[in-house]
Amino acid sequence: MTVDRVAGVALVLIGLATVWESRAFPLGSLHHPGPAYMPVVLAGLLIVFGAAVFAMGGGARNLRQVGWPEWRHAVAIFAACAFAAWGLERLGYRVTMAVVVGFLLLGLERKGWVVGLALTLVMAWGSFYVFDTLLRVPLPRGFFGL
Amino acid sequence: MLETLQNLGLGFQVALAPGVLWYGFIGCLVGTLVGVLPGVGPLAGISLLLPVTYGLDATSALVMLAGIYYGAMYGGSTTSILMRIPGEAASVMTCIDGYAMARKGRAGPALTIAAVGSYVAGTVSVIALMVLAPPLAAFALRFGPPEYFSLLLLGLLVLAYMNSGSMLKGLAMAALGLLLGMIGIDQMSGYFRFAYGVAELGDGIGVVPVAVGLFGLAEILLTAGRPDPPEVIRPRLRDLLPSRQEWREANMPIWRGTAIGFLIGVIPGSAHVISTFVSYAVERKISKHPEEFGRGAVAGVAGPESANNAATSGAFVPMLALGVPGVPVAALLLAAMMVHGVTPGPLLIQQDPRLFWGFIASMYVGNVILLILNLPLVGLFVNLLRVPYPVMYPIILVCSILGVYAVNSSVVDVWIMLGTGVLGYVLRKLDFETAPIVLGLVLAPMMELSLRQALAMSAGHYAIFVTRPISVTLLTVGVVLVALALRPLVSRTLDWRSRLPAES
Repeated sequence: MTVDRVAGVALVLIGLATVWESRAFPLGSLHHPGPAYMPVVLAGLLIVFGAAVFAMGGGARNLRQVGWPEWRHAVAIFAACAFAAWGLERLGYRVTMAVVVGFLLLGLERKGWVVGLALTLVMAWGSFYVFDTLLRVPLPRGFFGL
Repeated sequence: MLETLQNLGLGFQVALAPGVLWYGFIGCLVGTLVGVLPGVGPLAGISLLLPVTYGLDATSALVMLAGIYYGAMYGGSTTSILMRIPGEAASVMTCIDGYAMARKGRAGPALTIAAVGSYVAGTVSVIALMVLAPPLAAFALRFGPPEYFSLLLLGLLVLAYMNSGSMLKGLAMAALGLLLGMIGIDQMSGYFRFAYGVAELGDGIGVVPVAVGLFGLAEILLTAGRPDPPEVIRPRLRDLLPSRQEWREANMPIWRGTAIGFLIGVIPGSAHVISTFVSYAVERKISKHPEEFGRGAVAGVAGPESANNAATSGAFVPMLALGVPGVPVAALLLAAMMVHGVTPGPLLIQQDPRLFWGFIASMYVGNVILLILNLPLVGLFVNLLRVPYPVMYPIILVCSILGVYAVNSSVVDVWIMLGTGVLGYVLRKLDFETAPIVLGLVLAPMMELSLRQALAMSAGHYAIFVTRPISVTLLTVGVVLVALALRPLVSRTLDWRSRLPAES
């Protein structure tokens, strides 16, 4: 299976899912389009393009040739970002960012404790000071006003 | 002409006011840093810095954000020449001959030629922008919903055509972006579409989280686990001056690059990236020594570097005159204008001349600042690259999350950034370009509204798109582009993309 074939199938599936979900809104008519009209037209186009990518994708790279050497890092960074999204309004900006930066520098990248902790504190508290205190961009606070 | 000069005088009064000048300088400085750092392109840079501008007036904010844009264009050449790492996509062509010059001990002249070429292109193209934008804006007052729909459709077709990959994939990505733009409240009927109970999606998906996700986070996901960066060549200050022969070789490519860059920049699409490819191809085609390209040809640095800076100004023409973003960065700048209560479009020049002309004048000033910044301080910027990427990316990540959250104070935006980051990562692995997604996302609401308004005007008859002269002209150009894109399929002739030189 080539990368273009995989991508083509994915695009067709996204198009089909959109058409299915668009049933919830009035389609209108060709002359008087309703709220579902444009999404259905675009989904139709996506299905056509996806099918064409699939059909013409026989000569593309094989999916097995795509290297994923960085996948462990990518998963860890994704997890750190997901934690940030979860924690921002629950734990507060500074605690969340301290955990994220600390995890990335000390846990993932194995930087020294001194450098790691110093950067963690500077990034979490420093960025809060610059944006929230100096630039008046409101950032969420958690326990004990942190 | 006299009126234009008077307006420009007003613009310089605004641009040289200490506050605006300061923010212009900060923008240029940050933009250069953004350009120097691999993985943080102008899109991510502007997205990250957008919240910083909330406390500023509209003029200072726009001048600062534009400074980041063209600063990044200047800065991108530094890493291309010294490390063979393009700081941003438009610097890819500079890598080829710039790095080859550096390997031959001519890193300093390569940097100087890139900076001077960028300066000339930036300044000349601002003059062209100044001359072209006001009449185009006056002309755009004739645009109604059918014309806007045709223009937006043409923009997407051009973007897909100019895509450095296949047009089909470009169109598929644009359709995906347009579909993402359908999320939220339908402006004409009030239906809440594809929101699944998430109230924050009522206004649709924001361009900032999508841009940061697709460009910033995806780049980090792709790069963070890779091995050590390559060797950095460090030029000395006294070695910066090119020889007389090198100046001669750079002269005409700079002017040609400026013309090519500006013309391509005006057309909606991935302007600055494409302009560098075209400029490089033209220089190689007309060179008496095409065999030198790839081995350190001066024209291979001067042409593309001038083109990408001229394209930057060119991209502002549709943004300022029509209120239509031709490139994703312009879409972000438009978003920034709206955040500051400025309505972009043809009436901007009349309603807010201080902002418009101040912005134009600030670009002249910005070019001077960048010339000063980029030559003597090149060593300083290169030192930034000493910071190891494992330390750099957590900092960039914090800035990304902060920048995205601060736009609406919403964690939903952070989740969107995360989702689009993964999407961008996978798409890049599968050889898809992600820029059309951002443009599709921005254009979707405008496009749907203008289509439905046009049909309401014509009592549902699609003939309105082909009976109005401007609309039919725009559609015809679109049809021609599609025909051109299909031609290689039919005749099996290869188009210009496949004749571009391979990186040596």
